[in-house]
Amino acid sequence: MVDWILTRPDAWFGPVWGPAVFDTTANLAFIVAIVVPLLLCVAYLTLWERKFIGWIQIRIGPNRVGPLGLLQPIADGIKLLLKEIIVPTQASTQLFFVAPVMVLMPALAAWAVIPFAPEVVLADVNAGLLYLMAMTSLGVYGVIIAGWASNSKYAFLGAMRSAAQMVSYELAMGFSLVVVLMVSGSLNLSDIVNGQGRGSFAAKGLNFLSWNWLPLLPIVVVYFVSGVAETNRAPFDVVEGESEIVAGHMVEYSGMAFAMFFLGEYANMILISTLTAVMFFGGWQAPIDSALFNWLPPFGWLALKVFVVVTLFLWFRATFPRYRYDQIMRLGWKIFIPLTLAWIAVIGIWMQTPWSLWR
Amino acid sequence: MAEIRNYTLNFGPQHPAAHGVLRLVLEMDGEVVQRADPHIGLLHRATEKLAESRTFIQSLPYMDRLDYVCMLCSEHAFCMAMEKLLGVDVPLRAQYIRVMFDEITRVMSHLFGLAALGLDLGAMTVFLYCFREREDLFDCYEAVSGARMHAAYYRPGGVYRDLPDAMPQYQPSRFRGANDLKVLNRNRQGSLLDFIEDFTARFPKCIDDYETLLTENRIWKQRTVGIGVVSPERALALGFTGPMLRGSGVAWDLRKKQPYEVYDRVDFDVAIGKNGDSYDRYLVRVEEMRQSNRIIKQCVDWLRANPGPVITDNHKVAPPSRVEMKSNMEELIHHFKLFTEGMHVPEGEAYAAVEHPKGEFGVYFVSDGANKPYRMKLRSPAFAHLSSMNEMSRGHMLADAVTIISTLDIVFGDIDR
Repeated sequence: MVDWILTRPDAWFGPVWGPAVFDTTANLAFIVAIVVPLLLCVAYLTLWERKFIGWIQIRIGPNRVGPLGLLQPIADGIKLLLKEIIVPTQASTQLFFVAPVMVLMPALAAWAVIPFAPEVVLADVNAGLLYLMAMTSLGVYGVIIAGWASNSKYAFLGAMRSAAQMVSYELAMGFSLVVVLMVSGSLNLSDIVNGQGRGSFAAKGLNFLSWNWLPLLPIVVVYFVSGVAETNRAPFDVVEGESEIVAGHMVEYSGMAFAMFFLGEYANMILISTLTAVMFFGGWQAPIDSALFNWLPPFGWLALKVFVVVTLFLWFRATFPRYRYDQIMRLGWKIFIPLTLAWIAVIGIWMQTPWSLWR
Repeated sequence: MAEIRNYTLNFGPQHPAAHGVLRLVLEMDGEVVQRADPHIGLLHRATEKLAESRTFIQSLPYMDRLDYVCMLCSEHAFCMAMEKLLGVDVPLRAQYIRVMFDEITRVMSHLFGLAALGLDLGAMTVFLYCFREREDLFDCYEAVSGARMHAAYYRPGGVYRDLPDAMPQYQPSRFRGANDLKVLNRNRQGSLLDFIEDFTARFPKCIDDYETLLTENRIWKQRTVGIGVVSPERALALGFTGPMLRGSGVAWDLRKKQPYEVYDRVDFDVAIGKNGDSYDRYLVRVEEMRQSNRIIKQCVDWLRANPGPVITDNHKVAPPSRVEMKSNMEELIHHFKLFTEGMHVPEGEAYAAVEHPKGEFGVYFVSDGANKPYRMKLRSPAFAHLSSMNEMSRGHMLADAVTIISTLDIVFGDIDR
């Protein structure tokens, strides 16, 4: 049966067009296989967020729709789909509708280079890290366009804030990635993961001590905190700044257009968590190389790590007050960027010494 | 070169941080507030005018609805002003009950203020923690008056009735099993005083919880220290009272300076700040909750030991008991007169002020001897506080303006009246 399907493109389109058709179809199937579960994850991340924050705040969280509230995200989705999308009369209609797409699209497109398990990656490109940088930077355009096209003062303030904030933290993030690039010597994400599986600790089976997080500890912190800022999550959520500028760039959006921003934000959260896991916590590798830990498949380990990191996002949100806009700038420019630059120098010198861990 | 102009931002009345219906017209230079122009009157209900066409006692429930997070304190000032005009004495037990409920109200108000401040600064968890304790205090209101917010419990000459011997219980429902019920009703088995005592025992721990989340939190301090600084001189000149004034370092508290009821018999300290910024005001409010807790505890102990009447026996002012009314012609007449035309208040003027959770709340009556006031004037603390909005927020950023509104702890029922 499988053979029959695999030979169909050649049989129907001939030996010249057949392989091309086969590749396209296979890639499209792979894309669907990534995006659909991803969107489901996003939907259920909202539920997990509400539940988890509910527990922190001595509440119950959603428990009415379906058993244990498990259908809540579906109900929310249906509600948002059925809601009217109101376009303000003063808004620039075309840009107004382009903006949410521009937020969601890069957040999904970035997943193309994420390795889910050994050899399981949509596009195993050598410039994977660069591609990620490019894609995560694109998201800010959607936010700025949304703020501009809404023609509202609150939205405009939100857009201005996001432009400044996301660009600043992009720098700190970029420098953190430079350090990762230095130690792994590759921009390919699969190579970065594989590189973490080598070392004196990994040789003893203690993989988790060979992962990047230990030698690059300050960078992990900077990267993750910058990631929180990059996704505009609390305590850096001044772009939405609920109590100051109401919802920032999203203030004029309703229905599915609003939901697109939401999906984009949560997809980005999962993306940043995945990247943290991939670059610093050994991606799909099990923490200890033993039968007990290898019982969980590689993808399971990645999912587990992502879940823990994503939960950290939610924990931050429930615990910290919100920074002020200028304080965020100060943290980014005066603390994170010098810190990462210094660490680049430290790692650079370390790598030239006989004690270098990365050879 | 193009001319750069400030732009005007309409902050509210529909805004999450507007604390009700504040409309703030902000003139902004980028993110920096150049001028803040508070517009009020969106919750104006003409309470003062309404009082002129109602009997005194009918106006009393309006007091609850002025500052709807510190209900009984407003009633207290109203009753004290009437008592001054009427010249009636309040039984000692009623005075203790009033002080206890004033302090319960103070804790409620500060919890609400802290919750709102937390929410405005993005510390959402504090909001729910505070509301958990506030809920218990609402239950005290419910036990004593039947209403959870608008109690209408104080009366000229005392309080409406003595403290109940039983607390309302949680009832079973589809979502609450027998075990949940047992936990929820655990501290509700005894009288109201038992419940309040249990509350005072665990409340300091709860305040510690809020403080763990906020007081030493770096982000919290960055957001509040040095924001909206008011010097002691300016605070006095602007007519600040309550925590706003004490936050600036002026030790002015009506409970100490002009003790009313039994405040001179209970032991408590006045919390004062040093720098007059938002952080100090926050600390003052937290400390006041601790002090209020002390006062409540002392009142509970006294009330347990000293039963007695809770309202004056002058039946020109307070209704007689049902038994007396049914058996005695004169009492029946009193009852009938009180509930038809109300009490006649001697001609004269009186002003009474209490240390409301937000500052000095005063009621001023002009009576022409009729059964309703010729004129009633309310002195609300938040009105004076809000008028300083421009001075406090100028030069700060938009997010700080939100902090300042929140530390003003304004409630619009009180400002617009």
